[in-house]
Amino acid sequence: MKNLNYLFWAYTLIWIVLAGYLFSLSIRLRAISSQIRRLKSRLPGGSEG
Amino acid sequence: MHRGLELALFFLVAALMILSLYCVFQVVPNEVTMGAVQRIFYFHVPSAWVAFLAFFVVFVSSMLYLATRRLLWDVVANAAAELGVLFCGIVLFTGPIWARPVWGTWWTWEARLTTTLVLEMVFLAYLVLRTQAENRAQAARLSAVVGIVGFLDVPIIYYSVQIWRGHHPIVFKSSGGQGLEPIMLKTFMLCMTTFTLLFLLLLAMRIRLGLLQEWVAELKEQDSIPGA
Repeated sequence: MKNLNYLFWAYTLIWIVLAGYLFSLSIRLRAISSQIRRLKSRLPGGSEG
Repeated sequence: MHRGLELALFFLVAALMILSLYCVFQVVPNEVTMGAVQRIFYFHVPSAWVAFLAFFVVFVSSMLYLATRRLLWDVVANAAAELGVLFCGIVLFTGPIWARPVWGTWWTWEARLTTTLVLEMVFLAYLVLRTQAENRAQAARLSAVVGIVGFLDVPIIYYSVQIWRGHHPIVFKSSGGQGLEPIMLKTFMLCMTTFTLLFLLLLAMRIRLGLLQEWVAELKEQDSIPGA
């Protein structure tokens, strides 16, 4: 098979982009969840977690 | 979307993605003129489809926001725009990787390539614009206008090859030149289904994030939470 290196780099790049986005999404979701926990704990009668 | 459904969709997409990769690399034959490098198109074309679908969601949600002023539609539009930029980016990176061995150049100012690049830039501007607005309502209003106008580039991209006689290829041709071989068509449809479901999963996650961000912003505005 010719041009296999191009094929390799195309699919590698797709996976890097998709994995990077999923990672950033999970980081942002985790950050907002911890922010919500902090805010809830400040509410009257609120508790940690 | 319910978290359980989101999890089920995640496992479905993961299974379909593995099956798609198996079919692309183990099952389908080489395309007659382009050889192995044509296999890029099994993920390149579904990425383009998903990008267009995402920008269509932006278009509809933006119109609904302008009509109702409900922030939910702005959250949906923003989520879809981010995903559209992501998948359009994949298209713009994988296209040149295919073009180098086939056309002998990484990039040419061909009609479809150029209009796709314009689309990516418009929606990158959409995302930047939101961060520069003076307030939440202005961000939603201005980006809705850009989202509606930006989507108009999608039909131009679709018809660009016919309008300007571009040389963007018809990517699937069997050895007999009689159109797509059945196994290639099945693999292609499998990849299209996988990417569509992947888009729905990511959209659901991104909308959930957007709604939580709105909720936190509202909580922070309340005076009853000192120092928040």
